[in-house]
Amino acid sequence: MSLTILADARPAIWISWVFRLFAIASVALAAPVFAQQSTLAPGDLVSPAPAVTPPAVLENVPDDQAAEVADPDAVVDSAANYTPMGPEMIKGQPEAGAIDLQPQYSDIGNQAFGFHVWLVWIMAIISIFVLALLVWVILRYNRRANPKPSKTTHNTTIEVVWTVVPALILVAIAIPSISLLAAQYKTAPKDAITIKATGYQWYWGYSFPDNGDFEIISNMMPEEEARQKGFPAQLAVDNRLVVPVGVPIRMQVTAADVIHSFAVPSLWFKIDAVPGRLNERIFQVNEPGIYYGQCSELCGARHGYMPIAVEALPMEQWRAWVRAQGGTFPEEVAAEQAEETPEAAPLQDPESSEPSAPGAGAPPTSET
Amino acid sequence: MATTADSFQAHAEDRAHDHHDHKPGFFARWFMSTNHKDIGTLYLIFAIMAGIIGGAISGIMRFELAEPGIQYLGWWVEFMGGEANFDQNLHMWNVLITAHGLIMVFFMVMPAMIGGFGNWFVPLMIGAPDMAFPRMNNISFWLTVAGFCSLMFSMFVPGGTGNGAGVGWTVYAPLSTSGSTGPAVDFAIFSLHLAGAGSILGATNFITTIFNMRAPGMTLHKMPLFVWSILVTAFLLLLALPVLAAAITMLITDRNFATTFFDPAGGGDPVLYQHLFWFFGHPEVYIMILPGFGMVSQIVATFSRKPIFGYLGMAYAMVAIGVVGFVVWAHHMYTVGMDVNTKMYFTAATMVIAVPTGVKIFSWIATMWGGSVEFKSPMVWALGFIFLFTVGGVTGVYLANGGIDDVVHDTYFVVAHFHYVLSMGAVFSLFAGFYYWFPKMSGRMHSELLAHLHFWGFFIGVNVIFFPQHFLGLNGMPRRIPDYPEAFEYWNQVSSIGYQIMAVSMLLFFANIIYAFVAGKRAAPNYWGEGATTLEWSLSSPPPFHQFETLPVIDEHHDYHDHLPRDDAPARA
Repeated sequence: MSLTILADARPAIWISWVFRLFAIASVALAAPVFAQQSTLAPGDLVSPAPAVTPPAVLENVPDDQAAEVADPDAVVDSAANYTPMGPEMIKGQPEAGAIDLQPQYSDIGNQAFGFHVWLVWIMAIISIFVLALLVWVILRYNRRANPKPSKTTHNTTIEVVWTVVPALILVAIAIPSISLLAAQYKTAPKDAITIKATGYQWYWGYSFPDNGDFEIISNMMPEEEARQKGFPAQLAVDNRLVVPVGVPIRMQVTAADVIHSFAVPSLWFKIDAVPGRLNERIFQVNEPGIYYGQCSELCGARHGYMPIAVEALPMEQWRAWVRAQGGTFPEEVAAEQAEETPEAAPLQDPESSEPSAPGAGAPPTSET
Repeated sequence: MATTADSFQAHAEDRAHDHHDHKPGFFARWFMSTNHKDIGTLYLIFAIMAGIIGGAISGIMRFELAEPGIQYLGWWVEFMGGEANFDQNLHMWNVLITAHGLIMVFFMVMPAMIGGFGNWFVPLMIGAPDMAFPRMNNISFWLTVAGFCSLMFSMFVPGGTGNGAGVGWTVYAPLSTSGSTGPAVDFAIFSLHLAGAGSILGATNFITTIFNMRAPGMTLHKMPLFVWSILVTAFLLLLALPVLAAAITMLITDRNFATTFFDPAGGGDPVLYQHLFWFFGHPEVYIMILPGFGMVSQIVATFSRKPIFGYLGMAYAMVAIGVVGFVVWAHHMYTVGMDVNTKMYFTAATMVIAVPTGVKIFSWIATMWGGSVEFKSPMVWALGFIFLFTVGGVTGVYLANGGIDDVVHDTYFVVAHFHYVLSMGAVFSLFAGFYYWFPKMSGRMHSELLAHLHFWGFFIGVNVIFFPQHFLGLNGMPRRIPDYPEAFEYWNQVSSIGYQIMAVSMLLFFANIIYAFVAGKRAAPNYWGEGATTLEWSLSSPPPFHQFETLPVIDEHHDYHDHLPRDDAPARA
């Protein structure tokens, strides 16, 4: 659809030139910021290396389950051994009393978090600067301290300064901002797994078009049930969106009735689900775990009760989960087709001259 | 030092002997009014009434959000004549947020700023006897009232899941078309038609008045900054509101006449509605704040006893904000799925607005710098405005970044941001203007003590309400939800406590009005002293029913914006 095309579109040449300049400048400018970020993010929640290998997750899985998944062949062969993660695997969720963003678990999130810290510093400094000026004026130029007012009404130098300096600050914001946008809009690799999220009033449907197009319906878990199981009420769902960890996923988002918005704060991901549109963006999770979000566009009465829960699994476990849902894999389907019906190829030939071929149109007849 | 205010005092005294000063009877005066001051008073009373309703609704919302779970919505459903059940209660929430937004924007801030203070003081400040089109002025007001009635009525008729329009003040399709059956949304939309028509008529009236009815000698570059602010606002209204009217008319036809402007099933596009809405909606936020800029400029100059610093920069900063405000609208829609280049453009364009806004902030501070600042009630509200608007402004720069918006879009961070610029920016300037001009309008002095207490209560209250909402938004709490995961409870409770502080301070405001009418001292013509030099201070308090029948002549030695005679020249040639 149109949005897919837009997402693929290469920027115009001049823009790409601007990017190169921005990229060079932003690396120089933003490097200290991003370095600073790693100290500010809660270190214990961010694993030092990309935790995409199964051993990393096994440390966090209860022993009885670990025994089952320890043998990778068993994972592939046995479809029944997918067990939804327990509450100990929750990573992306709001924290009580927190004052900052949720810890980030994606590359984009890490880049953006550093930029966020940079912006918060700028906001704080400007606000405190203005406050300090006001306090100074109140103390120094009140009627008692300064009974005779001056008559100054113009000062070209200072007016130029307070126009140019804010403009320079904005440039220092714009450079990392533009490079962040450019990074967010990279298109997914051709072989990326496609997942389609559809917003309904008031639940989510997740379908896997590359894997047999099965659809998972995801409703909010009743609050009592969630509490009993140790999950956060109003965030927990009955069926999570299960994704493989560490690989870019082509996430497509649309809606069936009104506008919804698919949002996962800890993955720096939010895109509207608009009826008649297919929005697309790269979705990537760096660590196995559970990541929560909520619908973020007013969609009617139960807008507050359609949470999003993403469960990221190592690839082999994810494939096992797909099989458990009755899903398939494109390479296997292709292999099967090649084995079973090698002579079937002509039927798919679009140039087929068979008059009865679907889509060929009715041949002109002489009986008029 | 002779001020111009003194020089025109003679006219005001003349008025007392003029038989034209006879006021019409009660009904003719208040229901068929063509007098700009009476219409301004009507607008202010109307805005206060609407503000009470809109503020009470936000109280219901804050009490509901004080803890997780649904506590009070069922009671309100039954109070409004519905039948409380799970979905009806949730729908009631959406009705409340919709009504709060529409009331505060269209029926509180706009009528108070433009209809109230604009009507009252634009003619007085430019030395005109009245507005250019007094009868049109009257119908502008009554269209606004009719619009408000239509909105109130919508809350009692079916709107899909329950009574009332639960679509948000943005009225996004398709929730507002196929997503909401019943007449409630039609009435809410019609209310915007009426209020919008009233505003367009008002805007043409202001533009004509300001361009054609300035006193001899008052060039555009001598106009007080409040008049400049209303002029720019009127142009924004005139250009933006017809786009809103078109968009919501298309909603009406999509709803009732089977068109498909915003329905993909018929080739329409829901995002088109958002583009049209925000093409209006972004100028609208400047419509709500620019007159506040103007009032704060007058007040800061008055109480610093110093001419405004950088007058031309101040005036053209407002013009620049108005112009650039028309080309930044899609920053409200960063998550709809835009092209990356579009998003980069809107990021850059939005940040540009920070430059003229910064010029204004610094010019206000420079006006006070070297001044002899007196902390009367209007001045403390103006000082509060400058600081809180700065805080709302920097979070605006934060939100302007399309890449950052992906995590905070439609969260409480946005709620905190726009309440800092509106319920602290616009509303602080409204209270500043109210205390500045209330004695001029009523002829009675308010209590300075109560006004200061009101300020401190309100200042602490709104900061306790809205600052924690930044934290909630960063932590991921979406807007427009009546219930939330337990992790959000702490700051929501704090926020609800802030509401109670704010509400108590509002009682002081109403007590102050009552005090002024019952026991307030009579106000002198220029009760703020030598710093107040615009033309309204040359008239009695309240001004005569008709003023300036003999037009004041603006001496070339006076720059009215400067508030002081140039080079200490004699007051009149």
